[in-house]
Amino acid sequence: MTETDAPLLEVRNLVKHYRDGSGATLRALDDVSLTVRRGEVVGIVGESGCGKTTLGRAVMRLIEPTSGQIRLQGVDFAALSGRALKAARRQVQMIFQDPFGSLNPRHTVGTIVGEPLVVHGVPGGRARVAELLDLVGLPADAAARYPHEFSGGQRQRIAIARALALDPALIIADEPVSALDVSIQSQIINLIVALRARLGLSMIFISHDLSVVRHVSDRVGVMYFGKLVELAPADRLFADPRHPYTRALLASVPRPVKEVVASKRAGGGLAAPTHGEVPDPTDPPPGCAFHLRCPLAVDRCREAVPPLADVAPGHAAACWRA
Amino acid sequence: MVLGTPPGAQGSAPPAADGDRPVPATARAPILSVENLSLSLRGTPLVEDVSFSVAPGEMLGLVGESGCGKSVTALSVMGLLPTPPIAVSGGRVLFEGRDLARLPQPEMRRLRGRAIGMIFQEPMTSLNPVFTVGSQIAEPIRIHEGLSERAALARAADLLDRVGLPNPKAQLARYPHQLSGGQRQRVMIAIALACSPKLLIADEPTTALDVTVQAQILALIDGLRRDMGLACLLITHDLGVVAEICDRVCVMYAGRIVEAGPIVEALGAPRHRYTCALVDTIPSSNPPGTPLPSIPGNVPPPGARPAGCAFAERCGAALDRCRAEPPPIARDGARAFACWNPA
Repeated sequence: MTETDAPLLEVRNLVKHYRDGSGATLRALDDVSLTVRRGEVVGIVGESGCGKTTLGRAVMRLIEPTSGQIRLQGVDFAALSGRALKAARRQVQMIFQDPFGSLNPRHTVGTIVGEPLVVHGVPGGRARVAELLDLVGLPADAAARYPHEFSGGQRQRIAIARALALDPALIIADEPVSALDVSIQSQIINLIVALRARLGLSMIFISHDLSVVRHVSDRVGVMYFGKLVELAPADRLFADPRHPYTRALLASVPRPVKEVVASKRAGGGLAAPTHGEVPDPTDPPPGCAFHLRCPLAVDRCREAVPPLADVAPGHAAACWRA
Repeated sequence: MVLGTPPGAQGSAPPAADGDRPVPATARAPILSVENLSLSLRGTPLVEDVSFSVAPGEMLGLVGESGCGKSVTALSVMGLLPTPPIAVSGGRVLFEGRDLARLPQPEMRRLRGRAIGMIFQEPMTSLNPVFTVGSQIAEPIRIHEGLSERAALARAADLLDRVGLPNPKAQLARYPHQLSGGQRQRVMIAIALACSPKLLIADEPTTALDVTVQAQILALIDGLRRDMGLACLLITHDLGVVAEICDRVCVMYAGRIVEAGPIVEALGAPRHRYTCALVDTIPSSNPPGTPLPSIPGNVPPPGARPAGCAFAERCGAALDRCRAEPPPIARDGARAFACWNPA
């Protein structure tokens, strides 16, 4: 394999354990392996507590993984420290959910967007800031203004400009459109899709919203209870989900409006929901964590944890019945 | 003709024939009729001339983006508006013939939690953390119906069973922090149902929940209104949820209802340009990776709403007239809309 064929990011057996007050171990990330190729957008979906945000933050080294490897451009990011870590961090930037909490209200937009350049000692700050603001569709005079003067959608543009400042190899976007109204959400999704095409961005796109993830991602990973339970090209995952949890998730999402209307015209009603809730994370069930809610569960599912294994080329699922 | 009220629901006009499709529930007399309601904040209009009605067994969705006035409208129905600073500047909120907008607080308190049940978005902050689930469900039963603690707790256990909480007797002694988000929302629904209300107001009841739990809670609310003939007013920003669960919808924009009608018509073939844009802009309406038909600009805030149609500035089909004059209400079958240049 040559240098250029190697994946941009290779996460191997990543584990993050927390201890709660009573000393019980909470497995936020349980043996997650994932690759991101150059120019690829990998979507991560799952419900609260599934570990998707922990995954993004661990890859960023905003939280220290308990064990596992994070190889970025061939270098083990998880083993770096000090100056080497700071230098490597240039390569990974993050966009957060809350455009109100993630921008310092006392700094001008110019300072916010230019800060990564200052931190990493990159010259030519002012011109680069102007270029970045233009790139994300903000007026040049935005640089002198403060975050409170902007709407939620515009603030998310500011956060995107900041993330792009250092030309990172990888962007981690954690619920970047979840706090926005639908009419603004589509503006930001379009911006992300356009920037990706223009700059060849590589991205991990984390969201609870399947329709948003489907829209922007090349491949999609589904997480449940700290594990990656299915990983496939986006079109395959939505057309032929193999893990019963993925199917439950897809069945729970409100259908496209046109589809609902067609079903209502034909006298259809609500689909039956999947029963049960996610188990207590400090007291995981034996075997597959989904077996308590799974319509297909057999004895083996209650006993042994299924590995993430290929069910078709490029399509993996962690299910004994897939 | 009033936007958001089905034909036949007002006065003595017969229900409009609507092809060969029966229009469920709308033939019944409404239990709640909001008529030309206007609300203002220190003289700034928040909600203008809003009218809708809900009949027993019917689910009406009030949908719109942040700041459109949907939540403040719901609060006015519940008599929970902070007055002042917010004032009812016009219109009526008729519930069983009484105008809730002008009902004195002691009388409103007798209705709220009894004839009108409420569920809010945040089940953690809406429940009291220092009282057990049982005592919180029993409280309205004791207050409104004068039952003993023991009888009220027995009813509370029945209610928990009804909302799908396993092992209801044991749940009575638990505290909110011991429950998951979905379980808390089930407890909230049990409290709302405690005194067999006629009207249920649900303000973003599933917005804080995960999708699989959201589907469970929506199915629960849908089942309750069908079994108990409950009139439901669902307030949400999520067009997908409204389409799935509601019979009719009122789409709000900048303080006004811009389009209202049965889901199949108002969302299936919208006439108002804002409704069209809203349906078209959501990712699930578009092939993956393609540019979403986005709506430029932002919602005008209260106090800065333009003279004509409030959507004109963001509308791809706006005419000169749209910016000059507010559009009148037009009818098309069972649906009504306010647009000068409809789709």
